[in-house]
Amino acid sequence: MAEGTKSLRDELGPYFGEYGGRYVPESLIAALDELDAAYQAAKTDPVFQAELAELHRTYTGRPSIITEVPRFGEHAGGARIILKREDLNHTGSHKINNVLGQALVARRLGKTRLIAETGAGQHGVATATAAALFGMECVVYMGEVDTVRQALNVARMRLLGATVIPVTTGSRTLKDAINDALRDWVASVDTTHYVLGTVAGPHPFPVMVRDFHKIIGEEARAQVLELTGALPDAVTACVGGGSNAMGIFHAFLDDSSVALYGYEAAGEGHLTEHHAATITRGRPGVLHGARSYLLQDEDGQTIESHSISAGLDYPGVGPEHAWLADIGRATYLPITDDEAMQALRLLSRTEGIIPAIESAHALAGTIKLGRELGPESTILVNLSGRGDKDMETAGKYFDILDADALAEEDRGPIDGAER
Amino acid sequence: MSRVADVIAARKGEGSGALVGYLPVGFPDLATSIEAAIALAENGVDVLELGLPYSDPVMDGVVIQQATQQALANGFRLRDGFEAVAAITARVSTPVLLMTYWNPVLQFGVDRFADELVAAGGAGLITPDLIPDEAAEWLATSERTGLDRVFLAAPSSTKARLEQAVERSRGFVYAVSTMGITGARSDVDNAARGLVSRLREAGATSACVGLGISTPEQVHEVLGYADGAIVGSLLVKALADGGVDAVAAAASYLATGK
Ligand SMILES: Cc1ncc(COP(=O)(O)O)c(C=O)c1O
Repeated sequence: MAEGTKSLRDELGPYFGEYGGRYVPESLIAALDELDAAYQAAKTDPVFQAELAELHRTYTGRPSIITEVPRFGEHAGGARIILKREDLNHTGSHKINNVLGQALVARRLGKTRLIAETGAGQHGVATATAAALFGMECVVYMGEVDTVRQALNVARMRLLGATVIPVTTGSRTLKDAINDALRDWVASVDTTHYVLGTVAGPHPFPVMVRDFHKIIGEEARAQVLELTGALPDAVTACVGGGSNAMGIFHAFLDDSSVALYGYEAAGEGHLTEHHAATITRGRPGVLHGARSYLLQDEDGQTIESHSISAGLDYPGVGPEHAWLADIGRATYLPITDDEAMQALRLLSRTEGIIPAIESAHALAGTIKLGRELGPESTILVNLSGRGDKDMETAGKYFDILDADALAEEDRGPIDGAER
Repeated sequence: MSRVADVIAARKGEGSGALVGYLPVGFPDLATSIEAAIALAENGVDVLELGLPYSDPVMDGVVIQQATQQALANGFRLRDGFEAVAAITARVSTPVLLMTYWNPVLQFGVDRFADELVAAGGAGLITPDLIPDEAAEWLATSERTGLDRVFLAAPSSTKARLEQAVERSRGFVYAVSTMGITGARSDVDNAARGLVSRLREAGATSACVGLGISTPEQVHEVLGYADGAIVGSLLVKALADGGVDAVAAAASYLATGK
């Protein structure tokens, strides 16, 4: 970092440039202030930090490893590709990093009930897991569309003792699940903590969630340095709300030689009407408590997003990403459903690692980037989650399910589950 | 300075208080929503609160969500809001506030929105997801145009925040009766009484209570300590179930509580 240059790693909110803030009903302000105070105290409290570190060591499975993937790299212009294996965390994705942190804060605040929104179900599963671990009540809001395409995760949450509420308003996906979680929270703040699952929402969520995930980049930066003796040329991640991307970007923000790439879901194509490419196609506005980029019509009505990946199917994005995009520190590019699915299959076949469809967007972007940067380059990819939850979608996409299995399924998932 | 505050003060002068009635624009269609609002004004409602349908209404319960979603599905556009205000103010003298989430105003342009509202004869805005802390642009625009700005106060608000809400609001302060969202409730929280008394200590001369009010008895009880009672979901439900006649009947029944 050049002398006299302000570090990009010190952003404390509530604003990132002109983004962020608190656009919520007054009823929530006291709870957000209380949360902010508790989080600020926890941040500098060695007891809290030790508790979280111990949980990560003995429960999450941190540090997560890095894996070099040369056979995959051959398809990415021969670039040296290194995966940060957040898929190996307990519960199968990066989401647990944030959830354990927030659950500890909630416990300090004396809250006995956790609520969460979820898209892919990974954040819901992580929250249900923390609630089970801490003996708390748990309610997860999930868009009805997502309860179908991520049915396995619904079962996981219920098995963990959580109540899953299918949300039937609006687009019936992640955005509407957040609306219902906020409505619940307005009426329950005395006993309830809202475990927001990404770096969006009103302050302090964007900074707090980022801070709980920045361990990803801190570990990976040291691991890559040790492995290669140098910093990577680029760091890549998929961007839904942006938590795994902020988590891996943060440690590299002041390393000006390291390019940062976030890959948004372009669905059927970012020039069609069916995509979730918020920074690529959106413009600044207010949604879910913060000012950031969002997909919206002329009247400021949110436009429904589309992606094969439930975890990226969101018309907003965290305010810190909006700011990083505007100042040019990070670049955000669209990846279509098909590009992601091809990358999912490629990593599976070349390396024996089945990624989540969300993470496959980062892989698809990395293939293009590697071809641009060439064989001398090193690219660090955040493999944010594993693909187990996506087997039904992938099975149908590649037509690799047996006809019998499909016929069985046509009788309906509910019957099927009860048999 | 504020027609809304004047109307509320006048009702107080008569020994009662104001009945504030909410309906969304464009539900079940634009023309009917205009007729329904006029019916409110002609049946004892003192201040009209017209809601602009929005895709992500986090302060609203199921009844209002369903109505505003239907309005959006029918093709509601922001300009319909100004058209409704103009049509209503042309026929009744009851002041009309728009209740709107912030992003539509932001995208329309705060200044342009305010100018259109003034031209239509509107009195101001109620902004459920805009706190005074984030409202610099709206504060300046409302000063320029003289429009009312109604901010919310909650049972959980600190003294300093109540003082800020009172100082920044014009027309009235919207006292949220309960920690929750819109929708009828069998009892209006005791929290409302406590909140209004704290608002008085913070200097409020015009405080209206909303959320959960749906009977003349509740209107009467609230007007015993507050300056106005705001009713929404019950009126929306009446409109959905029985059309304009049912809304008129519901309003005049509620007004017996004044
Ligand atoms: C594996 C995985 N990666 C990424 C995401 C997207 O979220 P974010 O952008 O906050 O990392 C999700 C969300 O569900 C996910 O499950």
